[in-house]
Amino acid sequence: MQDIKISIIDRAGVEHLVDAPTDMNMNLMELVRSHELAEEGTIGVCGGMAMCASCQCYVLTDHELPEMTPDEDLMLAEAFYVQDNSRLGCQIQIREALHGLKIQLAPAD
Amino acid sequence: MIKTDILIIGAGPTGLFAVFEAGLLKLKCHLIDALPQPGGQCAEIYPKKPIYDIPAFPEILAGDLVGNLMKQIEPFQPGFTLGERAETIEKQDDGSFIVTTNKGTKHHAPVVAIAGGLGSFEPRKPPISGLADYEDKGVEYFIRNPEMYRDRDIVIAGGGDSALDWSIFLADIAQSVTLVHRRNEFRGALDSVEKVQELKNLGKIELITPAEVVDVNGEESVESVSIKRGAEVFNRQCDHFIPLFGLAPKLGPIADWGLEIEKNAIKVDNSLDYQTNIPGIYAIGDVNTYPGKLKLILCGFHEATLMCQSAFQRIFPDKKYVMKYTTVGGVEGFDGSKKEAPKAVVKAIN
Repeated sequence: MQDIKISIIDRAGVEHLVDAPTDMNMNLMELVRSHELAEEGTIGVCGGMAMCASCQCYVLTDHELPEMTPDEDLMLAEAFYVQDNSRLGCQIQIREALHGLKIQLAPAD
Repeated sequence: MIKTDILIIGAGPTGLFAVFEAGLLKLKCHLIDALPQPGGQCAEIYPKKPIYDIPAFPEILAGDLVGNLMKQIEPFQPGFTLGERAETIEKQDDGSFIVTTNKGTKHHAPVVAIAGGLGSFEPRKPPISGLADYEDKGVEYFIRNPEMYRDRDIVIAGGGDSALDWSIFLADIAQSVTLVHRRNEFRGALDSVEKVQELKNLGKIELITPAEVVDVNGEESVESVSIKRGAEVFNRQCDHFIPLFGLAPKLGPIADWGLEIEKNAIKVDNSLDYQTNIPGIYAIGDVNTYPGKLKLILCGFHEATLMCQSAFQRIFPDKKYVMKYTTVGGVEGFDGSKKEAPKAVVKAIN
């Protein structure tokens, strides 16, 4: 399987176009960490269980994303800086259909 | 002054297991943790989540892992300073350390092992402008003394267990309790949600959903909060505003202890003993970093084990010692207990 391209705007506003593997069972939070686009300890704090919202991001393209689980929805209900296009990066698995996706990391608490 | 051999900062799985390994070497441990209970993230964030990569446990709940560790270290009688954050460290002339918490509790030990995970858990503060100006003037992120809310008007914000539990608890104490949450649904335990519903029906809790507190108002202290529901913004008179949005770990004061920090973690010598740049201070588990570091509980266990061997040498530089297997030496507790493998019964064949 081929890598896809995903664009990530970090918390300083800098955009990075990165290669994202579709065959490593990775999610967007892990992609950000693997490219070190957010300071360690400020993202993926709970490890990816939708229990902390430190990987909140804004989805800037209209790709079809997996539906929100109640866990993600209720975690976002307690997150800060939430917008209509907010998602938890840890809940979005990287797959081929996400090629060209663009996200922006929400501010750290 | 609390005295011990190894002062462990952080009572998560790594810190707890260090007590066991230290105990095998007859070293006593005392643990400091900002949380009110041992277990770190496993207890605070995900006690009901299964972990699959603890060796020899195909599956174990995080809360059960902590329970097992507590049982395993019981014979070594660790001391605990819970609900306090390690604030300062002072090196003594003899190379030992005094660590003082935010509540002034002092601990003295020849070795300090930082097992602080991602840091001490601090309340998450909503980004409301001017909120910090009202801290301790009606804005509190923890409920330390419920009596201070007696006959007062309280607004609580949040949708998790602590927001629900404290709304229930304060409903009997406060003049009024208003709970504000951005959804109609709550993330807390089902019985807590049902209890809040019951208290709402009785008129003891006012529920404002889906809504959020967007402003805090008052001259000297909190007098009201502004609540936004849909397009409407209205004021709610209150004496206290308690945002309960859970806790997030912050490295905190440890970052100012003169330790070499990289990527929000403490650099250690992983080729030897997980010692930091300050001799006598070790860092183990998720709080440390070195080339190839993995933040896994199982790695923390390994690091704790090597740290204890090095700590022993530091405390008793002249004592000769070789590591003993528990299958051979058993486990001799400080409480007089002794666990050991039963001796084989030898029978002669005639």
